[in-house]
Amino acid sequence: MGEHLRVLGMIAVVALVTAGIRFLPFLLFRKKTPGAVLYLGQVLPYSIMAMLIVYCLRGVSFTGGTHGIPEAVAVTAVVLLHKWKHSTLLSILGGTVLYMALVQLL
Amino acid sequence: MRQTVRYSFRASLPVMAGYVVLGMGFGILFQSRGYGWWWSFLMSLTVYAGSMQYVAIDLISGGASLITTALMTLMVNIRHLFYGITMLDKYKETGAEKPYLIFALTDETFSLVCSPELPDEVDRRRYYLLVSLFNQFYWVAGSTLGGILGSALTFDTQGIDFSMTALFVVIFVEQWEKTKNHLAAVVGLAVSVICLLMFGADRFLIPSMLGITAALFLLKPWTAEKGA
Repeated sequence: MGEHLRVLGMIAVVALVTAGIRFLPFLLFRKKTPGAVLYLGQVLPYSIMAMLIVYCLRGVSFTGGTHGIPEAVAVTAVVLLHKWKHSTLLSILGGTVLYMALVQLL
Repeated sequence: MRQTVRYSFRASLPVMAGYVVLGMGFGILFQSRGYGWWWSFLMSLTVYAGSMQYVAIDLISGGASLITTALMTLMVNIRHLFYGITMLDKYKETGAEKPYLIFALTDETFSLVCSPELPDEVDRRRYYLLVSLFNQFYWVAGSTLGGILGSALTFDTQGIDFSMTALFVVIFVEQWEKTKNHLAAVVGLAVSVICLLMFGADRFLIPSMLGITAALFLLKPWTAEKGA
């Protein structure tokens, strides 16, 4: 029972902080949105998507292990697949299967 | 109405693939640490934040304190502030469903609702709600299934987490092709890489976000593009 309560408490904290972050902009800028905030809203999506890619690859080491080769190959494959067919499903599946094969075989 | 449902479902298909796979990965991992499928179900229902739920597995099974948990959640999810800022205007015209739309604004849902154009026959408000509901359904279903299947899986799932990277790369390519001015994307990439090299993998996220924000304001005269 104590263990259940502990895990429930931790999940509640993660849930509340996450929801808090998501609601904050809507609570802060309820009436009029400042121009600077609107500007950020226009350009940030492009910057953040690049940041998320770096975030996903943050653990890659170029000096040890597989030298980041599986990551480089798989990311290139995703870009090429997507330029070719523009099918999101194909690009993600193709890249992921290729990556899984590379890290499990190398 | 039917056209809106069909359009929303089609738009959500790529996320279905990503969420079912990533969700199952989460459920499998959580189960392997001794937490059954109902924990995965509960967390996916109430937290609904992909990468943070993976981090939470480590925190929960490692016995981290509530304060550490709160700070970690803040750091990993602070980027969601920007999604809210981006959607302020678009979600203004929504009604009773607005709290749910805000709660359900994940990386992937954001990537579907931030796109500027929708066909004329598609009802914008319904599209927002349907896409949000579909996506959370995939995520909850995937993670619950992962928790149930758990150890029954026989194939090696190492590397399956690359699906998240692949999804972001695809969105990046799509955004790149839709715009002529790529400065914002380049700023995001350059600042993140520099911060990663300077601060390391565990601490680069917050400096990156500050740096990107500062750089975007400094470069404002050059980032402007109509419809960007």
